[in-house]
Amino acid sequence: MLQVARWRIILVAVVTAMGIAFAFPNFVPERLRNSIPDFLPSQGINLGLDLRGGSQLLLEVDIVSLRAQQLDNVADQMAGALRDADPQIRFTGRGVVGDTARIRLIDPTQMERARTALRAIAVSPTGGTDPIYAYTESADGLIEARINEQHMRALSRQAAQQSIEIIRRRIDPTGTSEVSIVRQGDQRIVVQAPGVSDPEQLKERIGQTALMTFHLVREVSPEEAAGGILPPGTMVVGPYGTIGQGSEVVERRARLTGENLVRASVNTDPQTSEFVMSFQLDRQGALTFCRITREYTNQRFAILLDNQVLTAPRINEPICGGQGQISGNFTAQSASELALMLNAGALPAPLTVIDERTVDASLGQDSIESGARASAVAGLVTFVFMILAYGVFGIFACLALIVNFTLIIGAMSMIGAALTLPGIAGLILTIAMAVDANVLIYERMREEAATGRSPALSIDAGFNRAMITIFDANLTTILAAMILFQFGAGPVRGFAWTLSIGVITSVFTAVLVTQILVAWWFRIARPKTMPI
Amino acid sequence: MASSWWPLIRLLPKKTNLTYVKFAGFAAFVSIALCVASLVSIFTGGLRENPIEVYQQAEGSPVARFGAIMEHGFNLGIDFRGGTSMLIEAPNPIDQEALRALGNSAQEGDVEVQGTTCRPANAPPYCAILNFETSPDQSATVEEIRRGLPTVAEGARITSVDAVSAKVSEELFSGGLMALGLAMLLMMIYIWFRFEWQFGVGAMLGLLHDVILTLGIFSFFRIEFTLTIIAAILTIIGYGINDTVVVFDRLRENLRKYKKMPLGQLIDLSLNETLSRTIITGCTAVFALIGLLFLGGEALSGFAIAMLFGIICGTYSSLYVAAPVILLWGVRRGREGGEARAAPQPAR
Repeated sequence: MLQVARWRIILVAVVTAMGIAFAFPNFVPERLRNSIPDFLPSQGINLGLDLRGGSQLLLEVDIVSLRAQQLDNVADQMAGALRDADPQIRFTGRGVVGDTARIRLIDPTQMERARTALRAIAVSPTGGTDPIYAYTESADGLIEARINEQHMRALSRQAAQQSIEIIRRRIDPTGTSEVSIVRQGDQRIVVQAPGVSDPEQLKERIGQTALMTFHLVREVSPEEAAGGILPPGTMVVGPYGTIGQGSEVVERRARLTGENLVRASVNTDPQTSEFVMSFQLDRQGALTFCRITREYTNQRFAILLDNQVLTAPRINEPICGGQGQISGNFTAQSASELALMLNAGALPAPLTVIDERTVDASLGQDSIESGARASAVAGLVTFVFMILAYGVFGIFACLALIVNFTLIIGAMSMIGAALTLPGIAGLILTIAMAVDANVLIYERMREEAATGRSPALSIDAGFNRAMITIFDANLTTILAAMILFQFGAGPVRGFAWTLSIGVITSVFTAVLVTQILVAWWFRIARPKTMPI
Repeated sequence: MASSWWPLIRLLPKKTNLTYVKFAGFAAFVSIALCVASLVSIFTGGLRENPIEVYQQAEGSPVARFGAIMEHGFNLGIDFRGGTSMLIEAPNPIDQEALRALGNSAQEGDVEVQGTTCRPANAPPYCAILNFETSPDQSATVEEIRRGLPTVAEGARITSVDAVSAKVSEELFSGGLMALGLAMLLMMIYIWFRFEWQFGVGAMLGLLHDVILTLGIFSFFRIEFTLTIIAAILTIIGYGINDTVVVFDRLRENLRKYKKMPLGQLIDLSLNETLSRTIITGCTAVFALIGLLFLGGEALSGFAIAMLFGIICGTYSSLYVAAPVILLWGVRRGREGGEARAAPQPAR
């Protein structure tokens, strides 16, 4: 009777200790957090933008232009496929009309062969079973292609994913600021920049066009370049971010643009085991590149992104296969970063800002303060009320509540979920609701005692009988929180986090912590009647 | 325990004999009347608009037109209405007309200007809110206002900007309503699964009652309806079901315990047995929320009002709506009691 299993005590002790360890950094001033020993967590709660101040942008991939681009591409692919057929299938009238890419066979009797050739380019690159383009044929030789909606969604998702890397590079080239950029759904990107109170600059940098171009380098002495003495038709370009190595004087005219690049990847040179960059050009690009490299062997050419030098390697030999290698001062990281940029130099599709929120840091600070004040008052009121109502058992409930609060703070810090203003409201509500489990247990004890049972029996029965109710009642709250997650935008999601964490910890503390406290008290006090 | 009055819980009678079921008819009348009033308020924008006119003026499909009525029913915040809202603070009084003129020069749509209290307390003393429709080149508009601001009020600055496009606001609005519907459905299924279908229907009606009344209050008093309010209503649903489950749980237990007692009497008994818990939990929640209402600042006051009202509603509805509804259909009793699986009788 009233024995608490040892494993329960150990569980409570371990969980509480962990809660304290994870919650602790929040009560240490920012500057002292570094002095917390390494084996202890030192991460505080992640404050949402509405509390710390900053800007949030919701960007959407412009599906209309993405589709237009893609249709253009499809028309090209169709032309290529017909041209490559053996013997060649002659066509005319290649173009894009509405949401179809179309091409017209000069000889409609070759439709059968055209169908075979076109089927090959409609095979899903990701191994899907459905063709990515749907063709419609007319008797006069007109073939229309529509992009499968599912493929379009995949493309849009891909575009959003690529845009994330590009945006990060543009607004956070050094990787030091706390900007968070994540994809949301198939075509959206959320950019959160804490501490930025004017998002204009942010938007400008996101919107800038990253154009990749290949230029020939003119070797001009640095003195002359600095003095502004430049050969005609050239310009000075600075290094790109941290990857570029220095300024160069290059021809104004671009010999090749990023449109011709198919893919860039990182390899290691088998002889020197240095990191090198491999790239693959399309057919047109390969021809141009072959001509340039033959003509300008032993000169250097520069790869520019937004008119800043990424790299300026020397041409060692003519490159005609459309494939090339850039060797240089690469580390694994800088090479893969470069590859990333080359692969995703320009935004794959225009992005539009569809939702923008900015909160001044002072406003956020005010929200934190009023939230903290309200929580403190709510906590205090609950304490006083519970102690007044239940006496010594009320004190147990309060202790359980303190453990509960610590666990919530600890769990929030551990998970790194953002605490938002509605989240604080959720916290306050959780404090109030957490005592519900205690109340259910205590009321049950009172009822049992009223039927004439001994205190020990009443207490035991109170815990056991109330369990089912507590379980049922709290599971429904978890269900509500789950829906909030599904539906929730930023701040509401913060609320869902505190609510669901709060429900779990409150059941844990109200049941286990209170049980242990009551058992200890019982052993010491040996009461003849129930105190409540 | 020394004194006789402490702990206070002793003052609560251990056994009460309130008769709820006797008043169920009256309560049902009141509840239905209040729900109807709330719905009327929602459909007429708090008795301010004629829904038929709104319907006729709206464009698009009947569903979209119906949606327009709903949108007119509430004082929708920027989240759901779409548009741009800027909070401006200045050390000197702000000339609202000049600010309106600035807004008008920056873009074409209607401009709404209103004075407001500043946060935090030590901020410059004069604040104003500038609202207008989100224009396509939204950043340019905001930038223009930012540039023009010094001419309107010296030293003024923008402390917050919310710009929501029509697309996003529509999604948020429909998403919010969907979340509410889904939440109620899930709760009903859960209760059905754990209890009996009559309990599920009772819980559902209780929730519907709470939600409609809360929405009615928001519609009638034109309290700003934001994303946070949706969160509050979902929490009210959670709390309401929590209350209802506690009552139902006891009812199920008593159904097994007293096989011969008439259902009405059984419901009364169960409600009485859980009364002290209802009072205490309700009181703590209400006290905490009152603290939030007065100390949580303006940003959370809407949330606190919604929660406060919803919790009172939820407590009432689990006593007078959810439980009596079960009376309407009765419950299958007998061999297996209220539960499908054969549970052992509690040792008595």
